[in-house]
Amino acid sequence: MTELSLVQAVNAALKHAMNEDSRVLILGEDVAVDGGVFRATDGLFNRFGEQRVLDTPLAEASIAGVSIGLAAQGFRPVAEIQFAGFAYACIDQIINHASRLRNRTRGRLTCPMVLRAPGGGGIKAVEHHSESPEAMFAHIPGIKLVIPSSPARAYGLLLSAIRDPDPVVFLEPTRLYRAAREDVVDDGAGMPLDRCFTLRPGNDLTVVAWGAMIKEALEAADQLARENVEAEVIDVATLKPLDSATILGSVARTGRLVIVHEAPMTCGFGAEIAARACAGAITSLLAPIERVAGYDTMMPYLRTEAYYMPNVARILAAARRAMAYA
Amino acid sequence: MSGSESGISPSRVLDIEGKIVGAMPEFARDPAILLRLYRGLVLTRTFDAKAIALQRTGRLGTYASSLGQEAVAVGAAAAMEPSDVFVPSFREHGAQLWRGVTLKELFLYWGGDERGNDFGGPREDFPTCVPVGSHAPHAVGVALAFRLRGEKRAAVCMFGDGATSKGDVAEALNMAGVWKVPAVFVINNNGWAISVPRERQSAAATLAQKAAAAGIPSEEIDGNDVIAVRAAIERALARARQGRGPTLVEAVTYRLGDHTTADDASRYRDDTEVSRHWPAEPIARLRHYLTNAGHWDKGKEESLLHECNRAVEQAADEYLATPAQPLSANFDYVYATAPAELIEQREAATVLAEGAA
Repeated sequence: MTELSLVQAVNAALKHAMNEDSRVLILGEDVAVDGGVFRATDGLFNRFGEQRVLDTPLAEASIAGVSIGLAAQGFRPVAEIQFAGFAYACIDQIINHASRLRNRTRGRLTCPMVLRAPGGGGIKAVEHHSESPEAMFAHIPGIKLVIPSSPARAYGLLLSAIRDPDPVVFLEPTRLYRAAREDVVDDGAGMPLDRCFTLRPGNDLTVVAWGAMIKEALEAADQLARENVEAEVIDVATLKPLDSATILGSVARTGRLVIVHEAPMTCGFGAEIAARACAGAITSLLAPIERVAGYDTMMPYLRTEAYYMPNVARILAAARRAMAYA
Repeated sequence: MSGSESGISPSRVLDIEGKIVGAMPEFARDPAILLRLYRGLVLTRTFDAKAIALQRTGRLGTYASSLGQEAVAVGAAAAMEPSDVFVPSFREHGAQLWRGVTLKELFLYWGGDERGNDFGGPREDFPTCVPVGSHAPHAVGVALAFRLRGEKRAAVCMFGDGATSKGDVAEALNMAGVWKVPAVFVINNNGWAISVPRERQSAAATLAQKAAAAGIPSEEIDGNDVIAVRAAIERALARARQGRGPTLVEAVTYRLGDHTTADDASRYRDDTEVSRHWPAEPIARLRHYLTNAGHWDKGKEESLLHECNRAVEQAADEYLATPAQPLSANFDYVYATAPAELIEQREAATVLAEGAA
């Protein structure tokens, strides 16, 4: 067992996957000699060589497009897009091809690829480096969408993503890359891609979040506990396909739901969770569903970013509203 | 303006009267090969006519005709090995047929049935790609796979003149050049991208010259000369197999038909222009040559037309007699294993459909 940061856990998972399966290869900008701008692929070029870790020209759409060709030919490409804000250029390839290849050919050709991209704010970067585009990807039939929130889950979920027979978009919260370390067993054990993780049990309130917002959600739950409110904190982890059962089961017990995400509120993935809670647990709800999300503004530049980001105070305010509702 | 009017003459072997004006490639000395190419062109045009007729009578979806451009697809496919991979756009029926996609599968595809992409023949070939040019990077990926595995195979990617304006194509050519992958890119320059003529697509004198920016060689050929097309693609494939990297081939042809059956080219194109291009179409030219060389006559022509008609009619009947897929098929290929939420939707849709039935 080794203490790893989230980015080191990503690296460990990549290394494990490449060791166990010669079809796995990595491509992206600066992923080879440089080891990736966040060092997620550090050391892999030296270990596996230029046949398996490929620097690409600077062309995001084609990084996705080339991966589709490789995947159709039986490789298991893991493509890195330097920041999620640059993955918008890949959406044409993901929505029109990666996600559809299996369906379009009735299973003759498939697309077992992973598109990794760091996302989310709080890293004092310039514009476009703090995006949370998960709802756009979650809207695409045929892909899976994963956002880990801890080193151990990053390791297990990424391994499963690479082994998955279908395309997986894997958004890594940049803010968590080096925020905390955790014991990670490099045993090659994958984690299921159709399950939420209940990180803290509670019977008074359900807080659903993912990615970097898990940290805020857990801190808010600690504070609520001091106020004698036991919040259950659920890490969605895999947004698509969504494990409704775990969320609805929790809401059925607590009757109160707070959804937290960094992306803008309107049409955010929280809306989908809220809709499912209404459809599947309306009779259990004791209070209106609360969404704590980014505002429907552009992600601000870094000096005013803090006003945008959901934080513990905003989660607490929403939780208290939900608890106070008659 | 087609390429031939650009002041740069694309290379050709046969002129429009079927006279030899260029160096005959080795394969073209074998009449059997030329007869096979001729059959490929005629079969493609026969399919085309039937597809349009079916669409006009409500028995096929919107269809993209390849009328006049058959030699680009057939010539390219004839140059390929079966183990190569074809990455087509949506106007390459001739190449697909040559490579073993069946007439019935083509009808199924254009009739709106995904099973038309589940070719029994070339299992690794890509299906028809509708978003223009977006398949070019796939060909780079396929070719990269060949290079990484050390296989002597190549990917052949075809797209139209309009596609050369897209970033996907520029990116793909660039990546293919950097990685020296065994890929051949073929521009089916038919002069028109729906209503936008070639000269408003690019200020470049030829589209082939776009290869220069990617550091890869290119060739401009008469796309209505199936011998020239096949010869050029053979040269490009030989380079690819020798590890010398990708090639861009611009085949200059002309779209004699509408963009698709949903298009009316008379809104933006003079009939006189179309009439002017008819004499250069690829089938008559090869027929003239074969006739003059004593390999072809009226009787053979009639029996070939009869054979192609029969094959196409039979395939059309088989397509029309094929029941649509069940509702569940819409759900069953989204993922390798349907997730719970999709199973729920499938069940709900099934119950609804059964209730309505």
